[in-house]
Amino acid sequence: MKDFWQRFKRNRGAVIGLIILALVILIAVFAPILFPQSPWKMVQRPFLPPFERDALLLGTDALGRNVMAGLAYGAQVSLIIGLISTVASLAIGIPLGAIAGYFGGFVDDALMRFTEFFQTVPNFALAIVLVAIFEPSVESIIGAIAIVSWPPVARLVRGEVLSLRSREYVEAAILSGQRNSTIILKQILPNTLSPIIVLASLMVATAILLESSLSFLGLGDPNLMSWGYMIGAARTVIRQAWWLSLFPGVAIILTVLSLNLIGEGLNDALNPRLSRKGK
Amino acid sequence: MTFQDKASPILTIENLQVALPEGADRPFAVDDVSLTLRAGEILCIVGESGSGKSMSANAMMGLLPDLVVPSGGKIMFDGMDLLTLSNAERMEVRGKRIAMIFQEPMSALNPLMRVEDQIAEVFEAHGLLTPKERKARAVELLTEVGIPDPAKAATAYPFQLSGGQRQRVVIAMALALEPDVLIADEPTTALDVTTQAQILELIADLQKSHGMAVMFITHDFGVVAEIADRVAVMQFGKIVEQGTADDVLKNPTHDYTRKLLAAIPKLDPNAVFEPIKSKTILEVIALTKTYRSGGGLFGGPERVVHAVQDVNFRLGVGETLGVVGESGSGKSSVGRCLVRLQDPDSGSVLFAGDDMAKLSGENLRAARKSVQMIFQDPFSSLNPRTKVGKIISEGPIAHGVKPSVAYEKARELLELVGLDKSAFDRFPHEFSGGQRQRIGIARALALEPKVIIADEAVSALDVSIQAQVLDLLAELKERLNLSLVFITHDLRVAAKICDRIAVMQKGRVVELGPTQDVFNAPKSDYTRALIEAIPGRAQELEAAS
Amino acid sequence: MLRFIAMRLFKAAIILIAIVTLNFFLIHAAPGDPAAVMAGEAGAADEIFLQQLREQFGLDKPLLTQLGLYLSGILQLDLGFSYRQQMPVADLIWDRLPATLLLTFTAFVISLVLGTLAGVLASARVGKWSDTIISTVALLFYATPLYWIALMAVLLFSVQLNWLPGFGYETVGGNFTGFARLLDIAQHLVLPALTLGLFFMAVYMRMTRASMLEVSTMDFVKTAKAKGLKPGIIQRRHIFRNAMLPVVTLAGLQAGQLVGGAVLTETVFAWPGIGRLMFDALAQRDYNVLLGVFFVSAAMVLVFNLITDILYRVVDPRIRAS
Repeated sequence: MKDFWQRFKRNRGAVIGLIILALVILIAVFAPILFPQSPWKMVQRPFLPPFERDALLLGTDALGRNVMAGLAYGAQVSLIIGLISTVASLAIGIPLGAIAGYFGGFVDDALMRFTEFFQTVPNFALAIVLVAIFEPSVESIIGAIAIVSWPPVARLVRGEVLSLRSREYVEAAILSGQRNSTIILKQILPNTLSPIIVLASLMVATAILLESSLSFLGLGDPNLMSWGYMIGAARTVIRQAWWLSLFPGVAIILTVLSLNLIGEGLNDALNPRLSRKGK
Repeated sequence: MTFQDKASPILTIENLQVALPEGADRPFAVDDVSLTLRAGEILCIVGESGSGKSMSANAMMGLLPDLVVPSGGKIMFDGMDLLTLSNAERMEVRGKRIAMIFQEPMSALNPLMRVEDQIAEVFEAHGLLTPKERKARAVELLTEVGIPDPAKAATAYPFQLSGGQRQRVVIAMALALEPDVLIADEPTTALDVTTQAQILELIADLQKSHGMAVMFITHDFGVVAEIADRVAVMQFGKIVEQGTADDVLKNPTHDYTRKLLAAIPKLDPNAVFEPIKSKTILEVIALTKTYRSGGGLFGGPERVVHAVQDVNFRLGVGETLGVVGESGSGKSSVGRCLVRLQDPDSGSVLFAGDDMAKLSGENLRAARKSVQMIFQDPFSSLNPRTKVGKIISEGPIAHGVKPSVAYEKARELLELVGLDKSAFDRFPHEFSGGQRQRIGIARALALEPKVIIADEAVSALDVSIQAQVLDLLAELKERLNLSLVFITHDLRVAAKICDRIAVMQKGRVVELGPTQDVFNAPKSDYTRALIEAIPGRAQELEAAS
Repeated sequence: MLRFIAMRLFKAAIILIAIVTLNFFLIHAAPGDPAAVMAGEAGAADEIFLQQLREQFGLDKPLLTQLGLYLSGILQLDLGFSYRQQMPVADLIWDRLPATLLLTFTAFVISLVLGTLAGVLASARVGKWSDTIISTVALLFYATPLYWIALMAVLLFSVQLNWLPGFGYETVGGNFTGFARLLDIAQHLVLPALTLGLFFMAVYMRMTRASMLEVSTMDFVKTAKAKGLKPGIIQRRHIFRNAMLPVVTLAGLQAGQLVGGAVLTETVFAWPGIGRLMFDALAQRDYNVLLGVFFVSAAMVLVFNLITDILYRVVDPRIRAS
């Protein structure tokens, strides 16, 4: 663990990423305290430019809503959806990949054709169709993101399991009479953990981008203020109010960038020899 | 093998020192090494892994890994210090004056380029010949290195050639510009023994016909005996002994050299193995395994490999049966079929009244307890995240032994294989290759098996460690009355510990008999070829008689 | 080669059928009457049209029969009828497809060429400042939402600087013909294609850089050095060609994302392609159009995949032989 932190620290970008992410998490957690009023509430005249009033540092939008409050609440949405949808895609991808890699043969063939199908289908278009048909809501968005994001997990886990499966220590475990379930859970999966953790951190970033893109197209949960929604709503007024698109965009970039940086740091720290995998 | 005293030095290494990056296990990969390479001689640099022998060779070519830098000394060649050359000068020397061949023929060629183009590049690099002449020379060179059908090989891609053929291509490239010096970095280590013999002969022949000086890096004293004029022995980055091949091999002066030489399993034609007349414990009847790849719904044409074809043998109680063969002979597949890591297509493996080849589920699980395996790679055979004690006791626990009892037994086993009890709470990465192999043996013994299959169990170890592990196995076998199936590619090792030997080729057992008969009066041509190819054999027999 | 292409086409056909089946089940999984879903529920379609749909797709018959009817419809290139637009979906898509093909293909080429170029450059100067700059910029593009960079590009290059048009496919009322029209379209293409390509450029750059660095540690590169070859030749002939293999594979996989990204780009730039069509259909809950676009974009991805597969076979003799 100490080793791990030493190696992680050596990647300066990763440390910067960690600091940014910590800030975003803090803002998300304390949003209700920082901005007790609902982000949907009109607080000033519409199109108040930024840096004119201290209380409304980032100005107001077309309906006179506080942009800064929107950003803070948007952080909640991004982080929660990013996290849960990643957990959900791991929950689909890990068992699928592990079973395919461990049992091989026909099972592997069938599961991989299935995975390939989902990998071929245009991701974002499928997500749009899913959310549109099941009506935009937190659940449908998380579900759609999970459904389009699990194939890389399954492929990564399958590849790892496949290579670990032929490792001699796994064969020794088979000979010593351990059961398949024990071997998968105790001998194989723990050794695939590092690349999965790295991939997961990158997937949270991708999920946040996906969610924001869906919201931008008007497929966000109508009850939640999200960054993508803010930019989408500002699209038609971009000539009058540049700040309405600019600030949420910067928020997305910082959050996604921080996660990517952390992912690279984790990669350096967890598997020094594997620099490109899971793509 | 005569030592040409009068030949002039062509390359001299003076007090070479090569620094390792911080955090390595020692400050210098190569420390204060001085060597002289004379025209027309083969100088062997021999040592175990990590002795710095390859680093010395790479330093000459300016091909050291990134963080490893020469930190002192000189390498003088034709009035130049190779360590201080400009990039342009170095490129001029490389390939033209000094050429190099490498250990891994499978990866030493660009997979996407035709062989002739890769050879032609050598001329191109030095601005010689027209493109057409280069290709013609490529075919001539391929002919010289003895590739069958050179014209066809010239237009082939590397993946279409065998390992030995690829190594010949690499040698052809090295010869292209008639270099003064050829550096060969373990060029036969990755090859089968018969191919190795051919390549060694080729290098020796070419050395004579071209009058090159050859610096030959190896870990194998057998190879040294075959081709060296002079020898330098390295340990921990230093040269501990050097001299003519005869002197060093017959009268070693340094302890380390003596230890290394003593560790080599000897080929003693007069050794007599007591024939074992015990009951049969394991009988293999008509075992067959065929691999099929490709085919299927979307695949191309199917490829069929007959890995094991109609293999029959008996293993007696307390006996050690060697299964020897080159890569692809099916020897490992036999071992894996015995314990059902692979399912044989047909045939029987009779053990204690059961046919192991036909068992499944719980019955198989129970039967496997008695037939355990020791694996080749000490680094992948232990789960890196599990403590040693757990690794050893997992088996018994899976078979219902109480954990506390299994742990106690694991501690005893650690002592039995010559490790300290405290190893129980440590992780595999804290141990050396030889120690890991001992842990692997303890794991196999934990289930109190009757039969142990050792699949290349000492092949990945340095020769001195190898000797210790072999001694341990022999001792345990005696003490616990085990029967051993010992799978190996190394005939010296087989000769040392096997009672009987089965020689395999292309999936079939071509010869099976008592060890001394197989070595002294081989019945099959293939066995004879294998035995004659053992490096250093002729010299050893000559010395013994 | 022909056999290989035939095999791949067969496989692609199976995937397309699977997608149609998926579409079919989505319609049925959606809340509400499937007929209303097909008509587009926000369209408040009249009862006569709904009844007509029920008959055409046998919505009162067993599910399997319905699937058969639906599949046979698609086989005849009938993607249904858009009640909102009063046009067959296939016609709608057919009209818009060329614009999307132009956009995605241009973006694909730009991103692949610039991305690998930047990757090669960065790997050749690994650790130096130029590598740091290229890598940082790539990391930024990698984290930037496509639609946002598109908006910012409009704001900067179109609104502020007035260098390039930021709206549409050609100048409205320009009535250009011949070469002038091509030039006009090309001008309109610059911003959408660049913004769509940026993210993928970052992806390819990172992949190329990593792959170049990995290949440069391989044994055959050492062999090439030992021959006395110049670093430039080793870089081009030995490292680059081998390093491109995983990049080509990745490019095939990323094609799907590219087509998806077109929805966002076309929305921002009012580019009259199928992505914009999808966005409009979203607002109107015109599901037939939505599913139709989804189907066609999947078909486009399959074509991209086929191209990269063929490319891969051309580059790698090992695959060619097997």
